Amino acid sequence: MVATDGVSLEIAQGEVHALIGPNGAGKTTLIAQITGSLPPDSGSIFFVEKEITRASLHERVRIGLARSYQITSIFRRFSVLDNVALAVQARSGSSFSFWRPVADETELFKEAFTILQDVNLESSQHVLAGNLSHGDQRALEVGLALATRPRLVLLDEPMAGMGPEESRGMIALIERIRSRVTVLLVEHDMDAVFRLADRISVLVGGRLLASGRPQEIRANDEVRRAYLGDEIAA
Amino acid sequence: MKKNIFLTVVFLIFPLVMQASDNLFYVSFASRVMIYALAATSLNLVLGYGGMISFGHAAFVGTGAYVASICVAEGVKSAWLGWPAAVAAAALAALVIGAVSLRTRGVYFIMITLAFAQMAFYLVSSMKAYGGDEGLTLPSRASDLGNEVVFYYVVLFLLSASLLLLHRLANSRFGRAIVAIRENETRAEAVGLPVFRYQLACFVIGGAVAGLAGALLANHGKYVNPNVLHWSQSGELMIMVILGGVGRLWGGAIGAAVLLGLEHLIADYPIAWLERLAPNYQDHASLGVGLVLLAIVLFAPQGLAGLADRKTRGGNSAAA
Repeated sequence: MVATDGVSLEIAQGEVHALIGPNGAGKTTLIAQITGSLPPDSGSIFFVEKEITRASLHERVRIGLARSYQITSIFRRFSVLDNVALAVQARSGSSFSFWRPVADETELFKEAFTILQDVNLESSQHVLAGNLSHGDQRALEVGLALATRPRLVLLDEPMAGMGPEESRGMIALIERIRSRVTVLLVEHDMDAVFRLADRISVLVGGRLLASGRPQEIRANDEVRRAYLGDEIAA
Repeated sequence: MKKNIFLTVVFLIFPLVMQASDNLFYVSFASRVMIYALAATSLNLVLGYGGMISFGHAAFVGTGAYVASICVAEGVKSAWLGWPAAVAAAALAALVIGAVSLRTRGVYFIMITLAFAQMAFYLVSSMKAYGGDEGLTLPSRASDLGNEVVFYYVVLFLLSASLLLLHRLANSRFGRAIVAIRENETRAEAVGLPVFRYQLACFVIGGAVAGLAGALLANHGKYVNPNVLHWSQSGELMIMVILGGVGRLWGGAIGAAVLLGLEHLIADYPIAWLERLAPNYQDHASLGVGLVLLAIVLFAPQGLAGLADRKTRGGNSAAA
């Protein structure tokens, strides 16, 4: 089966690039190929002029390519602060330190706390991550990605399962971070996509149907027929 | 704190009191319990903290036991040489076995570690030069540690040092990393942790400490046979960890003490009414142990260490 077929996607530095498409279009496969959990059969992936096609997931994170998951993936039995502190730890030097208590590393927790401020979770820092509300868990998910200090962060349906209020919070969060980091946003919430994206790519049946600025995508007949339909016609 | 000082004093004067009252057997028994506590603690690092369900931990205990014994048998009497050699050999075995096994997950990991341990079991069973399946009897302990009281203190020191190491390790960057991997491997990799390397390092440290326990075990009994690598030994270590508390500092030690203590009680102190009911019940001590294990799993899933924790914290169950 071919899930992604000859997709050529280019993401420019500093932009919010949205990737949209109907279910089964191959978005998840494409993300897996970009982040390294699924090796592509052919083709190559470059990140800041470096080929990373065969690099492992953690190697990609090291050079600045982080992701959040569609299905929340956090350390549920760690406190919120410990979640982010772990991600900071993974980035800042080696974790092959066997003797010194992490608790003594004030720098690490200071940095983790500033990230919690970014994602508006500073008041829940001591709560177990598993006890957070769904919306807050989604925010923590993004926080974990940000803690690796990425150049590109890939957000896989960050609004999945959110109510309107929580979605607004997530949109605000992405607005806050967009000046610092390039964002590849996979999302079904078209309101959010058209509000946030500098450019949009449409994936249908494993192929890239169109790629361009929001107005161009909105005006594209093919895209409307294949995916958007009446949703944004109004 | 008071409790800790009290316990330390008890452990320190125990062999002296026993010696004075002509009960050296109990000094030897206590050494044996502490050696198993060391082995179970090393498994707890791998299984409890690292979340790697290794069913072949006896292979590392056995490697240590055999290397230490062969050193003595070949005339290298110094524990300063024999024991580090045992630790190194066990670490190397863990490196090789871990490097292969850690490419699998779940049931496959359990099975592949078991398979490696069984291969090691048959390997030593066929080592005719060192007793084959008859085992190997040592002329004496390494470094003339024949005195039970002295040997007790050596074991006590090594167990304490290992527990301190585990305590420091669990709270270090490395400890946080391996616990995070246990909790959510995908996420750990996605924040940039090289999961395989950490798991392998954890597996090797566990194997090395198990090798030390093996060296002590062989020297303690002045005898080693292939059964030390048998899969049922791996199972017994696992039971100790589950009994004591998975992923808890004292889990392995408490589990070893309770299990061996229970076996000893059942075997050496016949209960009259039970004997009338079931004349040879003492030959089936594992039945009693099984019942206790069942009760623990059902009523104290965090193990005995978890139970103690819960009491001191006034009903709050402790999270990871």
